[in-house]
Amino acid sequence: MSDLDPEDGLRFERLVLPHVDAAFNFARWLLRSRADAEDVAQEALLRACRFFRGFQGGDARAWLLQIVRNTCYSWLEKNRPRESMVEFDEELHQQPLATPESIAMAVEGRERLTRALETLPSRYRELLVLRELEGCSYKEIAAITSIPLGTVMSSLSRARRQLHCALVNPGCKEAIA
Amino acid sequence: MSCDLTRSALHGYFDGELSAASNADFKRHLQHCSDCVLELATQEFVRDSLQRAPVYAFAPDSLKQRVRAHLRSGVRTDASPQRLIWQWLAAAAALLVVALLVWRVVPNVHDDDDYQAGLAAGIVDAHVRSLQPGHLTNVDSADQHTVKAWFDGKVDFVFPVRDFTNDGFSLLGGRLDIVQGRTVAVLAYARSGHVVNVFIWSTREPEESARAGARLGYQWVAWQKGNMEFCAVSDAAPAELEQLHRLFAG
Repeated sequence: MSDLDPEDGLRFERLVLPHVDAAFNFARWLLRSRADAEDVAQEALLRACRFFRGFQGGDARAWLLQIVRNTCYSWLEKNRPRESMVEFDEELHQQPLATPESIAMAVEGRERLTRALETLPSRYRELLVLRELEGCSYKEIAAITSIPLGTVMSSLSRARRQLHCALVNPGCKEAIA
Repeated sequence: MSCDLTRSALHGYFDGELSAASNADFKRHLQHCSDCVLELATQEFVRDSLQRAPVYAFAPDSLKQRVRAHLRSGVRTDASPQRLIWQWLAAAAALLVVALLVWRVVPNVHDDDDYQAGLAAGIVDAHVRSLQPGHLTNVDSADQHTVKAWFDGKVDFVFPVRDFTNDGFSLLGGRLDIVQGRTVAVLAYARSGHVVNVFIWSTREPEESARAGARLGYQWVAWQKGNMEFCAVSDAAPAELEQLHRLFAG
């Protein structure tokens, strides 16, 4: 049985369905797999259907991405338990920045960017995906990831430095693990 | 890089998330901090690369259809493994067709003069990036001395900064940018409603005659003078870029 009456069903189509791409993209980057993302994004969308009556209006994309994120982390805990719990590496904070020249050489090509993003811990990766690919505001990022609004900027700064490091030096991931 | 702001306020500025007052403070800071200017250029470059790569993963239609079907009928929507295999095969076949089409239809720019093509692409990309609000200049000034002083210590070559307002090219200011892995100086000019960027970097190549081309609707003219390479880019008419080239040469 669908969980919504016809009127809510239409409302869901109008408010939530336009964000299926965002849901899928977010899941793909959290899970690093298109095939898993298709299953988990679907599960998240069906959950969103179930919870839709509780949606008070407002930012439907942020609301949906929050559900996608929870679904992804639950899935990771169950299916890849070692992966979901990697913490921030504060030591990296002390590393010097990569030079613009080395960065510029490294971002040539989609494979290299994809690989660099995938080597980041998911807590960094999700910030970059939300900000750079999805264009979310700091407020939306805070709502989706439950990071306090005041720390979104510094977290993004660390995530970006980590990405630059992974781009110019694929061995950078060893510094994280 | 040693400026602390490259790790804090710079990101808020870059993301358009600073308050008006902090934004103004950081803009003032940019006038004299080459660490932050360079870091900002790097951030823009990486963001641009991420957005153009493209690494965004769009949802397969099958996912949208399954969710719609769930909404309309309420039937369970789990895809059977067998159906998934067929979907993957269909997707793979479609990709192959697209790949073949691209291979057959898109002219291969790498055949002739790879370096030139890559450089023109890099410069036009940088030009387009610069047209986003707030990205055109690090130092806004029509005064050639102010702009020249700003570049001191930020690039390791010296070049003339000139305003050509009397000839219809008004100096808007300068910035640092990154093209093909190289830090380049850029002078921005206004030409009757069009923005013209002149990219400047040092070269050791023997002097060549001027070259020109077009890409994505933008014109470019490149020339050398002394040990400097110049490349002017704009959506203005080619003749106007040629005029600017002559002004620089004169």
